[in-house]
Amino acid sequence: MTTAYPTPTEPKEHTAEHEKHNLTGFIIFLCSESVIFLAFFSGYALLKTSALDWLPAGVDGLEWQMPLINSVVLVSSSGTIYLAERAKARGSIWGFRGFWLLTMALGSYFLYGQAVEWSGLEFGFTSGTFGGTFYLLTGFHGLHVATGVGLMTLMLIKSFIPGNYDGGEQGVEATSLFWHFVDVIWIILFLLIYVWQRS
Amino acid sequence: MTLATFPASEPKPSWTRYFSFNTDAKVIGIQYIVLAFFFFLIGGLLAMIIRGELITPEADLVDRTVYNGIYTMHGTIMLFLFIFPVLNGLNNLLIPTMIGAPDMAFPRLNAVAFWLVPIFGTLLIASFFVPGGPAYSGWWSYPPVSVQNPLGHLVNGQGMWLTAVALSGVSSIMGAVNFVTTIIRMRAPGMTWFRMPVFCWTALAAQSLQLIGLPALTGGAIMLLFDLVAGTTFYDPSGGGDPVLYQHFFWFYSHPAVYVIILPVFGIFSELFPVYARKPLFGYVYVSLASFIIVGLGLIVWVHHFFTSGVPQWMRNLFMVNTMLISVPTGVKVFAWLGTLWRGKIRLTTPMLFCLGGLFNFVFAGITGVMLATVPVDIHVSNTYFVVGHFHYVIYGAAVMGIFAAIYHWFPKFIGRMPYEGLGKLHFLLTFIGANLNFLPMHPLGLMGMPRRVSSYDPEFAFWNVLASLGAFLLGVSIIPFLLNMISSWIRGPKSTHNPWNAIGLEWLLPSPPAEDNFGEHVPVVISKPYGYGLGKPLVEHQAEIEQALTAAELQESSR
Ligand code: HEM
Ligand SMILES: [Cu+2]
Repeated sequence: MTTAYPTPTEPKEHTAEHEKHNLTGFIIFLCSESVIFLAFFSGYALLKTSALDWLPAGVDGLEWQMPLINSVVLVSSSGTIYLAERAKARGSIWGFRGFWLLTMALGSYFLYGQAVEWSGLEFGFTSGTFGGTFYLLTGFHGLHVATGVGLMTLMLIKSFIPGNYDGGEQGVEATSLFWHFVDVIWIILFLLIYVWQRS
Repeated sequence: MTLATFPASEPKPSWTRYFSFNTDAKVIGIQYIVLAFFFFLIGGLLAMIIRGELITPEADLVDRTVYNGIYTMHGTIMLFLFIFPVLNGLNNLLIPTMIGAPDMAFPRLNAVAFWLVPIFGTLLIASFFVPGGPAYSGWWSYPPVSVQNPLGHLVNGQGMWLTAVALSGVSSIMGAVNFVTTIIRMRAPGMTWFRMPVFCWTALAAQSLQLIGLPALTGGAIMLLFDLVAGTTFYDPSGGGDPVLYQHFFWFYSHPAVYVIILPVFGIFSELFPVYARKPLFGYVYVSLASFIIVGLGLIVWVHHFFTSGVPQWMRNLFMVNTMLISVPTGVKVFAWLGTLWRGKIRLTTPMLFCLGGLFNFVFAGITGVMLATVPVDIHVSNTYFVVGHFHYVIYGAAVMGIFAAIYHWFPKFIGRMPYEGLGKLHFLLTFIGANLNFLPMHPLGLMGMPRRVSSYDPEFAFWNVLASLGAFLLGVSIIPFLLNMISSWIRGPKSTHNPWNAIGLEWLLPSPPAEDNFGEHVPVVISKPYGYGLGKPLVEHQAEIEQALTAAELQESSR
């Protein structure tokens, strides 16, 4: 049994609009995620400014040259991921893959540098709030870098599925957005931890 | 005009879908609500034990440490396993149907968010059975109490509590991303922002608060977990840490969380008063915008929960003023509701009674709230039963009653059958009397100086405590007519038409219950503001034809 149901005037752009949901949702998620970092950063600042002895005994600050190199690597990877997107927009799928792979390499190098730095430090996670916040912040950020590299691997694999990357691809856009986010967070983190050493 | 056809009676979907990984928002909504009421019963049982203990001054019913675990779990279950899930259930039912969307923006994410609830619920309940019992540091889990692990077991009540709350956070964020995206992107053609029902405005505001606030608690809880299991000292002064830092993190979320609870209830009031007073919502635009002013202010008042934790004086003053400012947008809403009721044709149906009772309790709680925000008063009554009285008036008196109103009001739409009015009114009466009898005596108790979270007290407090306990038992009884009503009307209540309350809104232009994809391809075009009661203007294009078609289908159905 069926019933008559009047059809309203259907606007055409309505369906096209629905395809952008994923990116909208991801941007909303990133905004939310940034608040965790905000919480960690403000906790760090509060603990640091109110501490009597910020540095644990036998530690006189953080060495900053190597982290600076690491920062340069990460910041330039934001440039290479942009170039990758540009290449894809031009329709050069191999250009996209090249720059994408380069970005992944830079991200992995950053993680490697972070690991080297950690292993050479003479304080640990439980060395007061200094040690605790240091490992918490760099570790939590590192986790995001690793996630970013993972997402890029996924996108790279997907690019080999025929017909996948013909038009705009939201996964790539989202990953690149995530990567810029991780990058900006690192700059703030670098300023807070390595540049602002005197309390 | 083209006429499309749609099958009026699809094959009846099986009830087993409620126990499966279903992605239909209407199924998920009912899953949320039913599961939430299951936990409501558990949390309520704990409340009965608490009030049973407090009916006499001596600690004679349960052991003192057991008592600590019971009130901790009562608060945690009621918030994370009852209120938030039940509200997410309403969001799932109402947001897509009210804005004319076929489903949520991310149906699978939606289902994952729901299925996390039974998982962390089980985890939390399981903590009753581990050595050392459940967490006992209160629902706020302040260090240093919350970082003790006296038995030294890896699996302990506090650790399970933290894991459960973290999973609840993950589920809430998934839900919030989904609700916000849906509201932003999937509204029916013609439904501009200022043609959107107030419930959607308040849901958008509340879910934005989740997105901004919850990560701060997550961050704070991660640090607490490390203090508990890894030996860091973020909150431990002996290692340079600061326990008040945790209170900042906790309340930066948990104050907004109270608005996550109450804003949708404001939405429910704003939807229901116009229906049962037959008048447009007074000041629709201001009511909508006030939600976002509440969001802004709600984010900068959190310190009022720990004025007594040694915060500097300037901070106390600042947060006192901010807190009082919130009463302005809140007051705007209260006056808008009163303006709506004024000279309306009031119909005292069950949902309307719950709304009126809820509004009454809310106004009372707002007054005690402003008292608490006043630093000199707060220093006296902080951590006493006055605070417990205040927030139960809001959460039970206003929020839970508003939720009951919503359930009675939209039950016919989503179940397709009418709830019984007599049982509903009995439920209302028992709830309203029970809540006031339970929570009003807490105010004199607090003013007299009875601290919260104690299982024994000075005999001079006995009189009010006995009254409160009687009220609590009455509330316990009040659930019986509710459950009876829900179960019996679900099974064999009279069939509902598509619009039994004569209400205006897209959801009332769907059959009861709606088809799986709601309007499907035939989303009506919205042409006027909501709540046009008594104005005679249609809400959507071709409204008359749509209603005729629905009524015709109903007639055919009933004549078969
Ligand atoms: C005009 C509105 C409100 C004002 C001015 C206000 C003010 C306050 C203040 C100052 C406190 C802290 C008291 C203390 O611990 O010493 C408090 C506690 C509380 N309020 Fe409100 N409040 C308002 C509305 C609400 C609403 C709408 C809700 C919930 C839906 C709510 C829920 C709570 C809860 C749960 C607590 C106690 C938490 C705890 O200590 O365990 N309040 N309120
Ligand atoms: Cu508050």
